[in-house]
Amino acid sequence: MSSRLKEGKENLVERTKIQVKDLSVWFGSTQVLRGVNLDIKENRVTAIMGPSGCGKSTLIRTLNRMNDIIANCRTDGAVLLNGRNILDSTIDVVELRRKVGMVFQKPNPFPKSIYDNVAFGPKIHGMARGRELDELVERSLRDAALWDEVKDRLKMSALSLSGGQQQRLCIARALAVEPEVILMDEPCSALDPAATAKIESLMVSLKKNYTVVVVTHNMQQAARVSDFTAFLYLGEVIEYNDTKVVFNNPSNRLTEDFITGRFG
Amino acid sequence: MNRRHKHSRAIERIIEGSLVVCSLASILILAVIFIFLFYEGVPAFRDISPHEFFLGTVWQVQAVEPAYGILPLLSGSTLVTTGAMVIAVPLSLLCSVYMAEVARPALREITKPFIELLAGIPSVVYGFVALTVLADITYELTGAVHRLNALNGALILAVMVSPTIISISEDAIGSVPREYREAAYALGADRWQTTSKVVFPAALSGIMVSIMLGLGRAIGETMAVLMATGNAPLLTFDILSSVQTMTAVIAIEMGEVTFGSTHFHALFAVGLVLLLITSVVNVTAEIVLQRFRSVRY
Repeated sequence: MSSRLKEGKENLVERTKIQVKDLSVWFGSTQVLRGVNLDIKENRVTAIMGPSGCGKSTLIRTLNRMNDIIANCRTDGAVLLNGRNILDSTIDVVELRRKVGMVFQKPNPFPKSIYDNVAFGPKIHGMARGRELDELVERSLRDAALWDEVKDRLKMSALSLSGGQQQRLCIARALAVEPEVILMDEPCSALDPAATAKIESLMVSLKKNYTVVVVTHNMQQAARVSDFTAFLYLGEVIEYNDTKVVFNNPSNRLTEDFITGRFG
Repeated sequence: MNRRHKHSRAIERIIEGSLVVCSLASILILAVIFIFLFYEGVPAFRDISPHEFFLGTVWQVQAVEPAYGILPLLSGSTLVTTGAMVIAVPLSLLCSVYMAEVARPALREITKPFIELLAGIPSVVYGFVALTVLADITYELTGAVHRLNALNGALILAVMVSPTIISISEDAIGSVPREYREAAYALGADRWQTTSKVVFPAALSGIMVSIMLGLGRAIGETMAVLMATGNAPLLTFDILSSVQTMTAVIAIEMGEVTFGSTHFHALFAVGLVLLLITSVVNVTAEIVLQRFRSVRY
């Protein structure tokens, strides 16, 4: 495994955006992640796949310190964003989460208007107001491929949108604070195939300006959208490489079994 | 098989029927109360002109020339109720936010039953405390002319309605989906921004309900207010003056009134006004809630 992993790594010329180093996470006495190492490349889509309960969500939620909310969570190791360790206690979590946005499994727009959902982040950070804010909202909705569908009803409740539209609204909301990285935690698992296709094409277009990390238990999705794929199993990275390599020529037996649908 | 099917259908129908009866009964009871109050209250206007009743500034039933003006009672009820809500609402909402969002679960588990216990204390006990202890304190602190006054009533009433507001608001805030909080945190909101801009607005309909229930209790409360406010039917807007509320006047005078007299009917008329006010409060609350819902969903 390690020789192929190394070989794969050497081929990568991209800049590393996030470097995960020997990351271990415990919830209480249960160890969920076991010494994870991962280099996430800038302006690429990185997929983290694996069977349920393998620690995918925990891993992605460590990247913007969302696990802080969980009372008995303990982390060890380092996560370097632009070279700085974000697990350091001196890091400003608010600032970190502005840089690392997140989209959740279930679409979770606020029970506010479409406009207010997107404007929420910019408002609390005092980024823009008035016309400037209007433009920022429009730009974010355009980037999330939602503008044309909602431009005539920005004042309507976000909860009146369909599930797929809600999820794109959540993406727009995350984009509005102008992050550098977008984390997506199984963003399509609650959506129908048509809505899923839209979100997937969105992920690909987003990598022009953002670094995208997507957690998925759907292998086809990982194969379709990602440039790099990590296979996580029981809290360990079993395989991490170019997506094509992982899917066509996996170096680990477990990865192969997972991809061919023998378990998971 | 077929028989069993028929049997269960019959049970279904009985259950459905009894539910219909129950819900109709509540409407019926309300209607009967309304009719009864109307029936006993309206004859008051044979002897008292509506002008005197609704615009009269004196309630003086023992005088040689009795006066039945409801305004002093209205002002008394308004002063005490408004005072109580002004004190109770901000404190209760802060308390519920603290309990739902800030307090550690262990602390919440201990405090919540105590707060709910406050709602179960008989109002005469509250009245007794207001009459003997609280009155001395307010009297000392404010230098009021009357020892028992509207402020005293408002304070004790505020304590009485707070458990309702706190408990229901806390439930409303606690039932805001975790997803909303996560979304706010993920956008870089801090705890205060998350609470004030996301959680609180999302819980607003439940919070409005809690305030309306509290208001309903405050308007209708009789015994504690009766004991705390001095029972002088003065038309005043001075919170440090003695007042008498509509509820108190009915409770005090109904026992000694001659059955079928003008005074008797006048008290029913007061009761009718009280019922109309609480109905308006409830309907307004319902409309406000409907509007909130239609905006949000």
